[in-house]
Amino acid sequence: MTVRIRVIPCLDVADGRVVKGVNFVDLKDAGDPVEQARAYDAAGADELCFLDIGASHEKRDTIIDVVRRTAEVCFMPVTVGGGVRTADDARALLMAGADKVAVNSAAVSRPEVVSDIAGRFGSQCMVASIDARSVEQGRWEIFTHGGRTRTGIDALEHAARMAELGAGELLVTSMDRDGTRDGYDLSLTRAISDAVAIPVVASGGVGTLDHMVEGVTKGGANAVLAASIFHFGQHSISEAHDALRAAGLPARHSS
Amino acid sequence: MIRAKGMPFLLPKGSLVAETIALIDFGAGNLHSVHNALIATGASGVVVTADPDVVAAADRIVLPGVGAFGACRDALAGIDGMIAALERRVRQEGTPFLGICVGMQLLADKGIEFGEHQGLGWIGGTVHAIEAASADIKIPHMGWNDVTPTTGHDLLEAGEAYYLHGYHFDAADSEDIFATTFHGRKLVSAIGRDNIVGVQFHPEKSQAYGLAFLKRFLEWKP
Repeated sequence: MTVRIRVIPCLDVADGRVVKGVNFVDLKDAGDPVEQARAYDAAGADELCFLDIGASHEKRDTIIDVVRRTAEVCFMPVTVGGGVRTADDARALLMAGADKVAVNSAAVSRPEVVSDIAGRFGSQCMVASIDARSVEQGRWEIFTHGGRTRTGIDALEHAARMAELGAGELLVTSMDRDGTRDGYDLSLTRAISDAVAIPVVASGGVGTLDHMVEGVTKGGANAVLAASIFHFGQHSISEAHDALRAAGLPARHSS
Repeated sequence: MIRAKGMPFLLPKGSLVAETIALIDFGAGNLHSVHNALIATGASGVVVTADPDVVAAADRIVLPGVGAFGACRDALAGIDGMIAALERRVRQEGTPFLGICVGMQLLADKGIEFGEHQGLGWIGGTVHAIEAASADIKIPHMGWNDVTPTTGHDLLEAGEAYYLHGYHFDAADSEDIFATTFHGRKLVSAIGRDNIVGVQFHPEKSQAYGLAFLKRFLEWKP
């Protein structure tokens, strides 16, 4: 077999607590991130993603503490995104136990941060997080600041640039679909996956197990990220793995 | 007993003589993850250290590593006396040694990553970039994949482990290969000889499989 399609639950964290946004508003408290991470580790999640949302730069210590405590009890790869602006920010997270850091706004305003991080810590830990929104048929633009700010930057060009600068992975989130449960933007995922030689994680919009399967079969993703479908018990990690395998895709046999 | 400054030291449980497991700190980012995983397997004498004297007296040695080959090699070589201590303790005195990811790749003669760099030269071979066999093979090789044992090595059981690497160990002698995996082409998953083992996957990030592997290493009598 070859490398497995990864199923990645994503925990949105603000001020050390898990929240889940629907289109980035209307947050619901869903508990302690370390406890949730431990539950996903036990359930056989292939990786975990923490997105530190809305936390100010002064509160970086909170997410670093969450990462440190998670790394003590969870033995799966953890990606941390949100508020990573410099290679030193990345270093603090990696030293706390993160395996990868996802860089979003900073990689738009200052793309060289991607090569800084890749150069110091390796491409394998440098995830470029791409928030894109459809602006016309077959064209997407990068949006920053939780999808509020339009940049005028073409998403495919940005994706290719991130890969050139040394990103080891792209986390592609459709801001149109995020929180809708209508499924990933498969055209966006496919266009970016075809444009780069590095792995692509599909994100934004999962409402059913079929959406995850389509993210791979139609979107060309190497990993599928989802939040509420797991958090609120609609489906388990092993059901996601089973659905991928039932579609003929390589996936782990989680417990 | 040896203790590293500032690191917690746990008393041994159930054994009269605690082994010292030297986890070499040369600035590699995943050091604490490896430390946490060793603790989780029940290891009591783990010492995170950059002190060659600690390495020279250790009962087991773990060399982690993430990032670029040359940077890791330079960082290791930058600790005065470390490579000499490793050479003596591992190669002459036969202490069980585990290299993880770049810590495994450093066993090679050389690495071709941002220039050519000398490795430790303990296991013949060269570390090269993985070339994608086709457009759908994404590099880095990132995610869970097989560990397929090739020889009946004590430490390596068939299973799935987490890989995260863009470079691979191209072994000079296929007899040194303990396990392989497949990502568009066959890649070395584990390599070694005698008391030396290196794994490309991350046992500290491979849940039950990885912790069981580390436990076997801690009990290994090569």
